[in-house]
Amino acid sequence: MQEDKFLREEKLTELPADNQVRNFNINFGPQHPAAHGVLRLVLELDGEVVTRCDPHIGLLHRGTEKLMESRTYLQNLPYFDRLDYVAPMNQEHAWCLAIEKLTGTEIPRRASLIRVLYSEIGRILNHLLNVTTQAMDVGALTPPLWGFEEREKLMVFYERACGARLHSAYFRPGGVHRDLPPELIADIYQWSEEFPQKINDIDELLTENRIFKQRNVDIAIVSQAEALDWGFSGVMVRGSGMAWDLRRSQPYECYDELDFLIPVGKNGDCYDRYLCRMKEMEESIKIIRQVIEKLEHADGDVLTRGKISPPTRSEMKQSMEALIHHFKLYTEGFHVPEGEVYAAVEAPKGEFGVYLVSDGSNRPYRAKIRAPGFLHLQAMDQLCKGHLLADVSAVIGSLDVVFGEIDR
Amino acid sequence: MYPKDLTHLCEIVQKEQNDSIEYVEIKHEELVITGLATRIPDLVGFLKKNSECQFTTLVDITAVDYPGREKRFDVVYHLLSMNLNQRVRVKVYLAEDEMVPTLVNLFPSANWFEREVFDMYGIPFAGHPDLRRILTDYGFKGHPLRKDFPLTGFNEVRYDEVQKKVIYEPVELVQEFRDFDFESPWEGMGEVIQKATTESSGEEGK
Repeated sequence: MQEDKFLREEKLTELPADNQVRNFNINFGPQHPAAHGVLRLVLELDGEVVTRCDPHIGLLHRGTEKLMESRTYLQNLPYFDRLDYVAPMNQEHAWCLAIEKLTGTEIPRRASLIRVLYSEIGRILNHLLNVTTQAMDVGALTPPLWGFEEREKLMVFYERACGARLHSAYFRPGGVHRDLPPELIADIYQWSEEFPQKINDIDELLTENRIFKQRNVDIAIVSQAEALDWGFSGVMVRGSGMAWDLRRSQPYECYDELDFLIPVGKNGDCYDRYLCRMKEMEESIKIIRQVIEKLEHADGDVLTRGKISPPTRSEMKQSMEALIHHFKLYTEGFHVPEGEVYAAVEAPKGEFGVYLVSDGSNRPYRAKIRAPGFLHLQAMDQLCKGHLLADVSAVIGSLDVVFGEIDR
Repeated sequence: MYPKDLTHLCEIVQKEQNDSIEYVEIKHEELVITGLATRIPDLVGFLKKNSECQFTTLVDITAVDYPGREKRFDVVYHLLSMNLNQRVRVKVYLAEDEMVPTLVNLFPSANWFEREVFDMYGIPFAGHPDLRRILTDYGFKGHPLRKDFPLTGFNEVRYDEVQKKVIYEPVELVQEFRDFDFESPWEGMGEVIQKATTESSGEEGK
């Protein structure tokens, strides 16, 4: 015993002085499969325990806000598909709401219902990807395969509504671009009957899974005070037990007439956030069914015809003014009255907001995109401190980050 | 009910924080407080702690550039109260060489927002613990969201086969950047006419 100690001391003195107590720094990313995009984390490790975590973001920065200042309001719409590309239409929604708020446009009931329908499809798209890839981050391969199969079906619904699987540009200021064919609505309804079985499959595979629970329970606990301090929204606050959902508390479109629950967690850890997302998918299915029933009784146009939307095709064949309006709308674009507004929607990841400053011209003077993921990622240092290196990927998975919206 | 009546809140702010605000208004059903840049931590601290405000969530910090104005920048804060279900916007005007105090001590979430505003507009936040660039490249020069920063930027990046590394070069456009201005000449004439009339009247004065 005595000898051992002596030997160790001797060894230590042989090492260069700065090697004795230095922590280990590693780069996590920018190309790491568990980073969910291009995230570079500079991690300081004490053994395997994370002592500091400094996220370097901006590797996907495209200058969306700068580009938006040089394009018309309508040309800016597709940029929103490219923010959170996991649930594109929810982002477009915020942009349309901002424009409608500033121009004072009321949208037709049918358009409002279609928007809700596709927002909820977007929510399921997002949660499917998040839940299953989070499972992959902690070691399960099957859930993503099942999840992506369902996502593919939803992408087809996107395509059948607007012609594009991903970059839809379907929500337009004043409504939605085209009406849905009746067969599509019937197919979505049929899918909504089959889908709960798929949620059950994933649920059986993960919820009580020993490994999944070991990797997620009590990891990255967010207290209510922390959630407020760090400006969290969406599942990140609901997982901590606060029933805050913009669809309920600050309703837009027709969410106030719909019957749905807001699932909340208890402990605020990664596992509770997973449970919230699973439950939210079930609630979204409920909303989708109600909306489809309401759509049967809501006939009529899907765009408020006026200055900010194109005339109908048949009108253009007969009226010169309509033709001129169409031409001017797609070249000059429409003018938005001077002013500034903030419009937010409950995107799948949290509060997605647009702060729009208009100078009365056909282009936004300034448009600030408030992405929920930006704030969630900011708390990485707080959340990862004291956890093991292997938990970092579980935390990133549960934060639900997509770099399209964080880096803009 | 949302949005709710904000006049009461408006009065409270006017009464309690009279020395740190310029004016308060309600526009588009949103409460907008224009404050003084140096007093912003007091004002936001009040909004956070007062029992009738309870704006405990910082939603956003951003800026807007008006190059023609004497005080060039607007720094804009958005706050949310989950308890009382209300929102507020706080604005301050800032000249190019002025600083605005940081809010990191009140809201840790202000950290990255302020870094972003610094990155995009070059507005320094006094007392910020870690004011680095956040979204732009390492070693980037300039502040891209300022109105005098060109849309195409100054440098482009490419991988060089010979040097076997990523190199930076000045932007070379094959064609001049085209800014399509489709604005109707009839609607935009107001300013031109005004300018022409003031110029001609000025000449007459000489």
